[in-house]
Amino acid sequence: MNDASLQKTKTSLKACWSCKGPMPATALFCSTCEAVQGPVAADHFVRLGMERTFDVDVPALDRLYFDLQRQLHPDRFATKAPKEKAHSQQQATALNDAYETLKDPLKRADYLVHLEGVDVLPEGCNLVQDQSILIEAMEMREKLMMADTMAALNDIQRDTKVEVDDVLKALSLAFKGDDIQGACQLTTRLKYLDKMIGEVRQSRARLMA
Amino acid sequence: MSTLLQIHEPGKSPVPHQGDATLAVGIDLGTTNSVVAISTENDVAVLKDDDGKALVPSVVAYAPDGSAIVGEMAKRLLLSRPDSVVSSIKRLMGRGAEDVKSLGGQLPFDIEPHHEGESHLVRLNIAGHTLTPIEISADILRALRDRAEAHLGAKVEKAVITVPAYFDDAQRVATKDAARLAGLDVLRLVNEPTAAALAYGLDKGAEGLFAVFDLGGGTFDVSVLRMEKGVFQVLATGGDAALGGDDFDHAIADHFLKQRQADRGEVTLSAADVKIALMTGRLAKECLTSADDGEWMLSIGDEQSKHTLDRDTFNGLIMSDVDRTIKICHEVLTEAGFDPLDVKGVVLVGGSTRVPLVRQKVEDFFGAPPLSDIDPDQVVAVGAALQAEALTVGSDTLLLDVTPLSLGLETMGGLVEKVIPRNTPIPVAKAQEFTTFKDGQSAMVIHVVQGEREMVDQNRSLARFNLTGIPPMTAGAAHIRVTFQVDADGMLTVSAGEDTSGIEAKVEVKPSYGLSEEEMSKMLYDSMKHAKDDMEQRFLAEAKVEAERAMLAVRSALQVDCSLLSVSERETIGEQMDNVIDAIKGTDRDVINQAASALDKATQAFAEKRMDKGIRDALTGVSMDRLEESVVDGAKEGEDA
Repeated sequence: MNDASLQKTKTSLKACWSCKGPMPATALFCSTCEAVQGPVAADHFVRLGMERTFDVDVPALDRLYFDLQRQLHPDRFATKAPKEKAHSQQQATALNDAYETLKDPLKRADYLVHLEGVDVLPEGCNLVQDQSILIEAMEMREKLMMADTMAALNDIQRDTKVEVDDVLKALSLAFKGDDIQGACQLTTRLKYLDKMIGEVRQSRARLMA
Repeated sequence: MSTLLQIHEPGKSPVPHQGDATLAVGIDLGTTNSVVAISTENDVAVLKDDDGKALVPSVVAYAPDGSAIVGEMAKRLLLSRPDSVVSSIKRLMGRGAEDVKSLGGQLPFDIEPHHEGESHLVRLNIAGHTLTPIEISADILRALRDRAEAHLGAKVEKAVITVPAYFDDAQRVATKDAARLAGLDVLRLVNEPTAAALAYGLDKGAEGLFAVFDLGGGTFDVSVLRMEKGVFQVLATGGDAALGGDDFDHAIADHFLKQRQADRGEVTLSAADVKIALMTGRLAKECLTSADDGEWMLSIGDEQSKHTLDRDTFNGLIMSDVDRTIKICHEVLTEAGFDPLDVKGVVLVGGSTRVPLVRQKVEDFFGAPPLSDIDPDQVVAVGAALQAEALTVGSDTLLLDVTPLSLGLETMGGLVEKVIPRNTPIPVAKAQEFTTFKDGQSAMVIHVVQGEREMVDQNRSLARFNLTGIPPMTAGAAHIRVTFQVDADGMLTVSAGEDTSGIEAKVEVKPSYGLSEEEMSKMLYDSMKHAKDDMEQRFLAEAKVEAERAMLAVRSALQVDCSLLSVSERETIGEQMDNVIDAIKGTDRDVINQAASALDKATQAFAEKRMDKGIRDALTGVSMDRLEESVVDGAKEGEDA
């Protein structure tokens, strides 16, 4: 028995909080007493049991999420002991966090870049020194300021959505090709476009009122 | 305080198969009416009175001795003794007096002046008694509990209570506090539109993208849900917690009073006059649901006046309110990324959806005739009862709800920084980091608000948290992590800690519109002679659940690894288990807790042996597979639990 394999075995096992017996460290329920366990540290893809990719099949993601929530949601533990309720709440919280992040392409792109050790800040990624993104954003804003009819706003919205689709396609390619710098750049652009869509929505609401 | 209600019809109701311990009802605590229902094997019974009426008017009359009369009888007293009757109290839950609409400068409530230093919680004066909305709601809940107990012939202590989806944290806390005063353990607060969707999904098998349009007496909610194979996923919700049928009554009453004033000059109104005017407005509204016009008498003071109103004029009076509901529908759909045409059906909930103009506008907007197969007044209670059964007996149904309003913090210059945006699935937790701005600063105030606006004072203030015990450091050196957790009931808890020193900062809550813990215990003490016993009962029940869990865990461990123990070790554990069993039979919480911790001690060596064996087995590579297999089984069973 060498030390390394002993260490590995020890980390793949843990003691269940309820029956104190050994169980696989990443299991949701104790193999002996079936008590629900607290969430383990894991990235969102691992938590939902899916492959790490930008090209997430959203209906498949939904199914994985629903299946896990069916087992872990606090509604399943309404009459259980307080500790089990607490673990269930933490598990459901972690699942929601993972689901929310992976469901939305922008958050997903942000997260994937983050997993590579780069953070795209709200004001843009520090790896990006591309003036064209800034210029594009400024032009879009100008157009929005000028738009004073519903038709003009609808045009902007349609154009923005087309651009979003293009950026998403490009992002998929960037991630496939491990082009993190490119992904960063595209994520920054997507952030501007997303903000734009929000602002168009607000302008429409203002115009309707 | 004793409670008086209609005569029950015991023995006529279904008696659930499960033991009393799991008897849980569903309660729709409405602005105008409340309903209680129970579900057994997915068969829901709405509990009715002797006259076959399911609706309990949310009206409470107080006798001089403080005893409460709830429901139909109280409603009848409204016209003859308006001073001692209170209705629509839900509008004041978790709210301040400034949130109530006046009529001719007069509120339909007699509100006590606010004292310096007190929370903004409203205190009403009713027939010489000072009562909070929480206490009044508790009286309604007691009446519903009494009705359920008379029907079922057993004690009812657990309930699922519904709240408007758009209720903020303060309103949810107030509702839970009322239940606590009424001796009800709230298994879950469920949003009203979600409960209605559950009733349609389970009862009528509706599947696809649905909208629920819920216009009650005092609140409006619209939720967009995806329903499929037992999953009810709320995608977005919106509404107005102060928009409902009451506002229609108000518009008519205002119209009548203006006519009166034009005829006879200025009149000053008392709170009682306002109650009468609103009641008349309500009668007119109900009548105009089927009739095209009508004539009503308004008697205020000694003077009577006659008023006519037709449907078109009525529609004109309520048009802006109804338009507002449609505007909110539009916003919620857009937020969820849908178009009205994507919606497969729209479910109507709440008595105010009977108003023809409302139906018409909803139909026009969604482009489809709305669903109302289940009585709009009862559908929420039906859903609550189904969820109560699911929580106690178990079920495969999954309810996934969202936060209705963004949660934020006050930052520099009175601006709001959003921490948890609206329509985030719950439960959710988000952490935010703060630092000190002065050398040696040991405390800071965190102001939590709920709402969508940019400035603090445009949003609802929830609470101020005093963080104390921050270790002395230079300005900006402390890393204070504040964690906001919203649970499945949509209720917020805040915890905080300093990262560098590892010190947990103390969080002190000053709810802006709620009861402090002291006020709560005083009320519990005042309102129930056996309040202390009640609390003790709850602690006892919790201790038992926990001890039973510990027993089950040891039993499962023994089944698997009994061979690791010598005969005498086994006997020692056996004795301790017997002790726990005996303790659980008794009623002493301390004895139960002691027995459970003794069992825990007695099994410590056993647990170590099991861990050693687990590692040994894993290293020989044989039994990990066995473990993995049983984990999968465990997970499956967890699903059924």
